[in-house]
Amino acid sequence: MTNSIDLRPADTRQVPAETTLRATLASERPANVIAEPTGDIALSVEDLNLWYGSKQALTNVSMKIPVKQVTALIGPSGCGKSTLLRSINRMNDLIPNVTTKGRIRYHGVDLYGPGIDPVEVRRRIGMVFQKPNPFPKSIYDNVVFGAKVNGYKGNFQQLAEESLKRAALWDEVKDNLKKSGLALSGGQQQRLCIARAIANQPDVILMDEPCSALDPIATLKIEDLMRELVKDYTIVIVTHNMQQAARVSDYTAFMLTDEKTTGQLIEYGPTQELFTTPRDKRTEDYISGRFG
Amino acid sequence: MALAPPQSDQISLRAQGRVARRQAFSRLSRYILLLATLAGIGVLAVLAVDTMVRGLPVLDWQFITSYPSRNAVDAGLRSSLLGTVWVMGTTIILAIPVAIGTAVFLEEFAPKGRFTSVVRLNIANLAGVPSIIYGILGLTVFVRGVELQGVTLFPALGTTILAGSLTLALMILPMTVIASVEAIRQVPPSIRDGSLALGATRLQTVRHHTLPGALPGIMTGTILAISRAAGETAALIMIGAFAFIAFDNKSVNEDFTTVAIQIYNWTTRPQEAFRANASAGIIVLMVMVIGLNLVAVLIRERFRRK
Repeated sequence: MTNSIDLRPADTRQVPAETTLRATLASERPANVIAEPTGDIALSVEDLNLWYGSKQALTNVSMKIPVKQVTALIGPSGCGKSTLLRSINRMNDLIPNVTTKGRIRYHGVDLYGPGIDPVEVRRRIGMVFQKPNPFPKSIYDNVVFGAKVNGYKGNFQQLAEESLKRAALWDEVKDNLKKSGLALSGGQQQRLCIARAIANQPDVILMDEPCSALDPIATLKIEDLMRELVKDYTIVIVTHNMQQAARVSDYTAFMLTDEKTTGQLIEYGPTQELFTTPRDKRTEDYISGRFG
Repeated sequence: MALAPPQSDQISLRAQGRVARRQAFSRLSRYILLLATLAGIGVLAVLAVDTMVRGLPVLDWQFITSYPSRNAVDAGLRSSLLGTVWVMGTTIILAIPVAIGTAVFLEEFAPKGRFTSVVRLNIANLAGVPSIIYGILGLTVFVRGVELQGVTLFPALGTTILAGSLTLALMILPMTVIASVEAIRQVPPSIRDGSLALGATRLQTVRHHTLPGALPGIMTGTILAISRAAGETAALIMIGAFAFIAFDNKSVNEDFTTVAIQIYNWTTRPQEAFRANASAGIIVLMVMVIGLNLVAVLIRERFRRK
């Protein structure tokens, strides 16, 4: 159906094929899912298990991440939310001794299938990290780096301007694009990292606690930016901050590690419902601040 | 129950008893440590002054520009200085690409496992091998060549600049690899992650981020290794570089001598006048090595400010 997406190395990029999944009937839903996202699904995690060496980090995680929505992953430290996020653009490949079982389908294509090139995956599924990590180069070089290594043929100047504008950073840096990215403030650095990800023209943007190193004002700016970007991109965000999840996300997944199972998905559904009428006792305890 | 706060006239914050003893010992240690430092500096100073007193009267432009000679007064450093420059240049060209390649492979490409730990351990051990061993290896392999049942595995180069440089390159390789590995490790992993997450390949990440970030460290380590090679004598004498050179080197296939060998040569002569020449040679070599170290510091500072 949607196998037309080619993640094997290729010079020409194809637009993700249109996907329509019918709304799942209540009887087919996993017990922990309040309501499956309706509409197009960007990423479909299916029975994902992951081990660091012999230590399990994710257990039977299944969830569908909708297109052009913000999906938040919440849960206490060690619950596997960052691991899940890093599995989506195969950053976990860089850690030795990682074993992955199960599937993550990106518009239907299994990201862990044979012949899938992680470099090609990361081109389409961009990432913003916890700590702003601009390259020790100029603002301009930071923004165009991804395009440069990926053989972008268009106008770099224009791309840089466009990306910085979209990341709401242009007005602050337009007079001095030659300045080092490291000379910016923390919040600006993070927006530079977002601009850098956008310049790569991705489809999905993953954000791993993008505001945890920022002050409240910078955090608010990034959150506004996310709401703006979600008109064009699918965003998955890991956050420790439940208010943030409630503010910015359309869907929320609550993950937990308990004595028996590490990294399991406890509950998943529309943010509003999950925060107001959680079905699982553990979700309720967590969002009401009783642990974690 | 909380203790009542002490009255101010009851408080004495002067050191007493154990505290006083600990403090006295701490103050004393400063002088003991200074003594240790002075031991090294003192010896160096005595040697330097002694060398200066003997060498400076001989050191002039004529000494630097003359070929070696049987007469101590006419003898100079021309051919050995040129030889040093040739050997150092060739050594750098041979050693640096291999060292950086090894370091990048070990840090960025090789899977962390038994193989890489064995390689690392061996490189660390090789850095401690006496230079004369490298000389023996150079003599056997590079100078005389290796032939196995009529098949030439390595051609005999003779006692040439190329053979000497190959020997020195092998000698400084472990040090340079270790310095490069350390420099590459200093590049924060977040930079690599950022680059890879943008769809750069490993090689692109190395080329655009890891190597530029590690370059100052690599260059500093390399220059320090080179200055060690500049003073190397044993390995070169072992391969037979002890010739009387009265011409300017024009290619790597010629016999050669270096400043260090020339100094050694002069010290073996019975005449007192040659000792003065040796001292003057040491001054020249010392200036060269200090100059190289200065360049290393400058590079480091320059990059750090950026």
